[in-house]
Amino acid sequence: MTDAALLIPDLTTASSGILLRRRIFAHRGLMIGATLLLLVVLMALLAPLVAPHDPYAQDLTKRMIPPIWYEKGTWTHLFGTDNLGRDYFSRVLYGSQISLLIGLSVMVISGFIGTSLGLLAGFFGGRVDMIVTFIITVRLALPLLLVALAVVATIGGSLWIVILVLGLLKWDRFAVVMRAATQQVRVLDYVAAAEAAGASTFRVIVGEVLPNVLPQLVVVATVEAASAILIEAALSFLGLGVQPPLPSWGLMIAEAKAYLFFSFWLIAIPGTALALLVFAVNMVGDGIRDVSAPGGRN
Amino acid sequence: MLIYALKRCGLAVLVAVVVSALAFLLLRASGDVAIALAGEGARSEDIENIRRLYGLDRPLIVQYLDWAAKMAQGNFGTSLYFKTDVSALVLDKLPVSAWLALYSLIFALGLSLPLGVLAALYPNSWVDRLCLALAVVGQALPSFFFALILIILFAVTWRLLPVSGSDTWAHYVMPTIVLGYYIAPAIMRLVRAGMIEVLASDYVRTARAKGLSSRSVVLKHALRNALVPVVALSAVQLGFLLGGSVVIETVFALDGIGYLAYQSITHKDLPVTQAIVTLLSVVYVGLTLLADLANAWLDPRIRVGGGS
Repeated sequence: MTDAALLIPDLTTASSGILLRRRIFAHRGLMIGATLLLLVVLMALLAPLVAPHDPYAQDLTKRMIPPIWYEKGTWTHLFGTDNLGRDYFSRVLYGSQISLLIGLSVMVISGFIGTSLGLLAGFFGGRVDMIVTFIITVRLALPLLLVALAVVATIGGSLWIVILVLGLLKWDRFAVVMRAATQQVRVLDYVAAAEAAGASTFRVIVGEVLPNVLPQLVVVATVEAASAILIEAALSFLGLGVQPPLPSWGLMIAEAKAYLFFSFWLIAIPGTALALLVFAVNMVGDGIRDVSAPGGRN
Repeated sequence: MLIYALKRCGLAVLVAVVVSALAFLLLRASGDVAIALAGEGARSEDIENIRRLYGLDRPLIVQYLDWAAKMAQGNFGTSLYFKTDVSALVLDKLPVSAWLALYSLIFALGLSLPLGVLAALYPNSWVDRLCLALAVVGQALPSFFFALILIILFAVTWRLLPVSGSDTWAHYVMPTIVLGYYIAPAIMRLVRAGMIEVLASDYVRTARAKGLSSRSVVLKHALRNALVPVVALSAVQLGFLLGGSVVIETVFALDGIGYLAYQSITHKDLPVTQAIVTLLSVVYVGLTLLADLANAWLDPRIRVGGGS
């Protein structure tokens, strides 16, 4: 990518992987974020094995049991129970599945749309760039949360509707960043070389341009995944996202709002889980940006 | 400059038209309004009657043109839920949101300007670390969760502030903190990066070499130049604050257009939802236009590059 990289002969490429690995492990924020994220992923995958109770099983005789760190807490319900007597720990565990699914799916859908638009605009420039820039401007002018709320309200809320609506709306940052990154890579020699060698335009974009804008793409993807998780939580909190009885963390906070004054832990637990997950994803994103930036090598 | 301004204005108008059409289509296409209006258990002839009464049986393009023509004259129709004139309803709630947006912006700037400048002056110091921590927490904390924490602290535990409503200035304190803190990290990062760049520039070195005091260099020469992109970002954030306050206004039952939007959406009050989405889009387009023009005026490179 830089002149230095071109000057160094082939024998260093073997050690560049080791250097990269060393940089990754030396980055404290990245390590903390990655560890936390890994924990949440394990939580989501192992939820059926680890969860002590059925997250949907109601038991009205065991309503509002406080968590273990309260005086009246019991070991059978680590995080206590909610207003319907459902085990809160199990619900929080299963809730991680929803947040991760939302973050990942929205990232893939919006990432595909935004990256395609950005690559096209940055690669071809001219009229194509003008049209794509116009589409981006129009999208940015639409108030995202309001439109998502309104569309979900008319179609009817469900996990897949939320994923689809957010995926189709949240591609703008992918497009903006990919467009700028592609413009920079487009003029470099190896793109011209690939074109001169007779590679098809599709081949040049996917084979030469895309791998070289990948670091920026990964950073945007993490930021967008975190933001999608927060927006789903906000939609569900307003009652216009994932519907009960699914244990979405945002929805759990909404259901606990009526008990705000007496049982704040019902809000604090899913709220903290949400904040920790978003924090972890953001840290991973920031870390990848630092590690992959040319300046990070010094 | 004039040519650039005209081109930029033309683009803004085009964007506004397309956005209003898109908002119309999105809201209309996502569900059958007549069925929603008729309510549950309505007979099919009732639905047909409603469709004819509201003109919903016409082609979408005709409906849009009709709506756009009326809107251009300031007629947004009648609210289906509140049964009053939509424009009067929106204008009635707008000041609350506008004040909240303004307070939040002032709070955000008051927090991020001094901290950003200090972080730039003393990189890797405790101020810099504090800024980073504030930014990281601000980006991870869901705004409604933060709002509920504030309610527990200020309204329940210490009994200092009212929980909900919009009657007095005290009702604005918590929403302002939540919204302001939400947009502060982005401004703080921009101030810090801008200051570091400007402080390393030649003219600051010249000012220092002339023997000017360090305070005068920082405040007069550096800050003024570092603030240029901050002004543009603030304009855009102001537009975002108007629309992004849906969640916060709903949590605090602050009677602005965000709360009105939420009510209209839950009651399927399409004319109101449409009016607010369109209004917010137009405000956003207007604010970005102003920011672009201000930037072009301050930086001739933009109008030459962007005008081609």
